[in-house]
Amino acid sequence: MIEVKDLRITFGKDTPNENKALQGVNLTVAEGEFVTVIGSNGAGKSTFMNCLTGELIADSGKILIDGKDVSRWKAARRSSLVSRVFQDPLAGTCENLTIEENLSLAYSRGKTRGFGLAINNNKRDAFRERLSRLHLGLEDRLEDKMGLLSGGQRQAVSLIMATLQPTKCLLLDEHTAALDPRMQAFVLKLTNDIVQETGVTTLMITHSMSQALQYGTRTVMLHEGQVVLDVSGEERSAMNIHDLVDMFAKVRGEQLDSDSLLLG
Amino acid sequence: MNLIAFMGAIELGLVYGLIALAVFLSFRILDFPDLTIDGSFPLGAAVCATMIVAGYNPFLATGLAFFAGGIAGLVTAFLNLRFKILNLLASILTMIALYSINLRIMGRPNIAIITEQTILTPFEGHAIPGYYLKPIIAAVIVFIVALIVARFLNSDYGLAMRSTGANQKMARAQGIDTNKTTYIGMALSNALVGLAGALFAQMNGFADITIGTGTIVIGLAALIAGEAIFSTRGMLMAVLACIFGSIVYRIAIGLALNADSIGLEPSDLNLVTALLVTIALVLPGAKNPLKKLMKRGN
Repeated sequence: MIEVKDLRITFGKDTPNENKALQGVNLTVAEGEFVTVIGSNGAGKSTFMNCLTGELIADSGKILIDGKDVSRWKAARRSSLVSRVFQDPLAGTCENLTIEENLSLAYSRGKTRGFGLAINNNKRDAFRERLSRLHLGLEDRLEDKMGLLSGGQRQAVSLIMATLQPTKCLLLDEHTAALDPRMQAFVLKLTNDIVQETGVTTLMITHSMSQALQYGTRTVMLHEGQVVLDVSGEERSAMNIHDLVDMFAKVRGEQLDSDSLLLG
Repeated sequence: MNLIAFMGAIELGLVYGLIALAVFLSFRILDFPDLTIDGSFPLGAAVCATMIVAGYNPFLATGLAFFAGGIAGLVTAFLNLRFKILNLLASILTMIALYSINLRIMGRPNIAIITEQTILTPFEGHAIPGYYLKPIIAAVIVFIVALIVARFLNSDYGLAMRSTGANQKMARAQGIDTNKTTYIGMALSNALVGLAGALFAQMNGFADITIGTGTIVIGLAALIAGEAIFSTRGMLMAVLACIFGSIVYRIAIGLALNADSIGLEPSDLNLVTALLVTIALVLPGAKNPLKKLMKRGN
């Protein structure tokens, strides 16, 4: 489903600030796989995600999604194949637009946007039905501005928006990082439910080792712009957080001096 | 303020209502501070007046003024999107270029069309006096345009345009070509200004190279007035608020200039407008498009 070959990107080339963010990432994800991606700060996780969505165009290497070479496609064009949920709850939705208008934007993804009304009763019913599954009472607040919702509610709506139209793959960029623990658990469960239900190929970046093992079918670790660990199947299910942390430390060639990765 | 002056204020308010609408599209919807308007307003007047003098159909002349304004908007958007010139500066470049272009189009700084055939001509000569007729025709045209714009903003494409100004990254993630929506929005905005210029020229019987000065500030003042007075929930209300804000602004200015006790003269108009916009800017809690501009410092 997703095939990434020798993806490289360098920021600030030939300057003192040169940063080789991706140094030949290779990754093949089969249809229906749910991959969790971990790595320390600056490992290239977000850059990798931005390359997949087309927000960034890589310097070299290939990206194939659903058999199509999308390496040079811009973000808008790729949106027919990939949908994403941002880390920042404010980024994935428009706070000045109403809930139904936000959903309507997502509803038209991959379709030609014409001059028909953006909101009509058919769409409203569909939105209401989708929102009611969240049990957040949002189905009665369709005409409220998005900005009135909490961060967790907005992430939940972002998830609905990302999967409102059938999509080839779902990209989640630390989408629970900015939420409180209770909302985190809620959004993660919702994510898991949606992925199970639709069987969509999913890539989830996370900072939490426990989340990385608890969810999904495969775990990939990025370090210094390369894939350094790739576990799935029995090997993965036999692992616990400590194994993962040990591997993480081995990869970095140093002992972790902080427990921060264990927390959460 | 006598009846004729009052009707004159309404007529002018309606014509400038199109400009308030244009400012709403660029500043509010697209988040694109656009000063091209100071050039595309006289552009519309120049194109229309020149064609009318040359003997073309006034409706065709008005339509072409609309298109000319649209092209001016495209140029500004092109400078910004293609060459990454700061939006404000890109619009100033187009505006200053239009000064020369407008002079080229007219061939001289001023064209009188008071004796020519205009879009008003078919309706003249009946029982209705001119000071009623002009506001009525302006009202019909402006409200039809306003309704079309409101309907457009409520469409799928209009919503895509609104999301472009609100959150570009999100818009792209939803498959919206934000460059395209910006081009179309800027073209539409300036086309409305071109149309306003054409109406202005025909209502007043002349086109002049200087009529554009300060147009953007008047448009902003009208937009701010509209949003302060009327509820702007929903696109239709927001669009109508622009038009009514412009009319209210014109009447307020008319009253101020007519009140002898204040001692204002018509030439003080620009000063009064600048003061009004400044007050609106610094008033705490006031929401207006320039506020954002101040904070970001661009």
